[in-house]
Amino acid sequence: MNIISCIKQIPDTETQIKIDASGKGIQTADIKWVMNPYDEFGVEEALRIKEKKGGKVTVVGLGPQRVVESLRTALAMGADEAILVDDPAAEGGDALATARALAAAIKGVPFDLIFCGQRAVDDDNAQVGAALAELLQIPLLSVITKVEISDDKTKVKVQRPVEGATWVLEAPLPALITAQKGLNEPRYASLPGIMKAKKKPMAVKKLGDLGLSPDQVGEAGSKIKIHGLTPPPQRQAGKMVEGETVQEKGVNLVKLLREEAKII
Amino acid sequence: MANGIWIIAEQRGGTLRKISYELVSEGRRLADQSGQSLAAVVLGQGIAEEAKKLAAYGAETIYVAEAPELANYTPEAYTGVLADLIKDKQPNIVLGGASQQGKELGARLAARLETGLAMDCVGLRLEGDLLIAKRPIYAGKVFAEVVCETARPQMATARPNVFSILEPDAGRTAEVVTVSVALKPEDLRTTLVEELADQSGKVDLTEATCIVSGGRGMKGAEHFIILEKMAGVIGASVGASRSAVDAGWRPHSDQVGQTGKVVNPNLYIACGISGAIQHLAGMGSSKVIVAVNKDPDAPIFQKADYGIVGDLFEVVPVLEEEFKKIMS
Repeated sequence: MNIISCIKQIPDTETQIKIDASGKGIQTADIKWVMNPYDEFGVEEALRIKEKKGGKVTVVGLGPQRVVESLRTALAMGADEAILVDDPAAEGGDALATARALAAAIKGVPFDLIFCGQRAVDDDNAQVGAALAELLQIPLLSVITKVEISDDKTKVKVQRPVEGATWVLEAPLPALITAQKGLNEPRYASLPGIMKAKKKPMAVKKLGDLGLSPDQVGEAGSKIKIHGLTPPPQRQAGKMVEGETVQEKGVNLVKLLREEAKII
Repeated sequence: MANGIWIIAEQRGGTLRKISYELVSEGRRLADQSGQSLAAVVLGQGIAEEAKKLAAYGAETIYVAEAPELANYTPEAYTGVLADLIKDKQPNIVLGGASQQGKELGARLAARLETGLAMDCVGLRLEGDLLIAKRPIYAGKVFAEVVCETARPQMATARPNVFSILEPDAGRTAEVVTVSVALKPEDLRTTLVEELADQSGKVDLTEATCIVSGGRGMKGAEHFIILEKMAGVIGASVGASRSAVDAGWRPHSDQVGQTGKVVNPNLYIACGISGAIQHLAGMGSSKVIVAVNKDPDAPIFQKADYGIVGDLFEVVPVLEEEFKKIMS
């Protein structure tokens, strides 16, 4: 089976996010960039399917040169080939603009299955997978925690947790799956894996290579524009609940929740 | 010329979900501010009567699309029906829920309509014809205001539990319009094989109005029972920090934080959670935060409205007893 796994590089979740001078972006100095954690689940699942069913895993990323590092990580985990769309004009796009660039990047790459993370934990948009499925006109299975490929490799059965239930869904291949935590435990790259990854193919593409013009992708090709960023509402400093004993503190807290916060 | 505000209502098993009432209420507020009409769209099978409930909250038109294939939500079938209807009627604004199905549906629908969608919004306002949508990014470390300037409709999904529900007015009526449904084979590729009901019966964390969460300080899976017991008294759902989930004490679905669920309950009680930045991001919008922790310097106290420095194994049983007294 041929599987494509899409990767986004994001600031490590321990990062303090600060708004930049333009008021529309974040300060990027000193950020540690990592593979979006949900994309790791997608890469891992692609590798597990390949190990069971045979085939090839291609990882695709979009962003500046630093994204090569995350793609190499995926190659070191066991992916076979990588494609990077590295063109400033392709960056900063909304979901559809980004999906358009990804769709162009994988044109000609045969696939039975595509994985994306269920969302990137930077812009929390949760839309690129859906937009890519729409552009490719294939079924979309979102926020998935279990994947089973049929023996004849023509269908996929998945589990999708929703509020108060889990849906078991089935779709014919090719399909696009967005990965949720719980799908698997991603492996660490082994030392031989890291050595091998250095020799694996890494295709770097510009918009021209993809047959796209700058107004179709990136910020220029986006419908959604950022008006401005603001810090989150600051919480007022709270109070420590007084009391000589644990008992007293507990009584006082419940009293405060009832009489002051009026929440219980 | 695009006109009117629409909301995509959400039903499961023939019953409208709470988010539908939140959407129609917010839609009504925006419609009143701008003098636009408000319509609701409901997809399903045998749901026309249920759909009429939205009239009391201010929907003037209710589009009902019924077909056996629409009984259970699937993204392609719902996208197909909605895209046809929206292209035909050309609303100015389309709002959906940022629920599990609403996020997926919104994203695919926006792509088909080649328009912009502001996902998971916590504030919506109008500047003339333009919808200004406020949405947390980086799990709430920053808020972004976004707009869709040229493409129509302007789409947004609303985070559950954020937008208040209007008092229903039984005197209001709506025109119910039956939508003709023409599904294509490619709309029906994905099927729901079965729905496995969650046996715990607890409200999903993203929709919970009250959450009790445990972290590393819980010291083991077996101790979460004390949180379960206290949660039972106040009708709370139980969540966990990433350390508790990574330790295998709780399932992934319980994780609150930047790489888990972003929650916004009225009351969040954090027990034995130090308050790593990625956890604080996921629960920072809770209305009232209570922290119980042994370490007086734990960062969680910087976010908490009320803090108790103490051993959670002593504090939680006291709280449970006190809650029992006032709840009875």
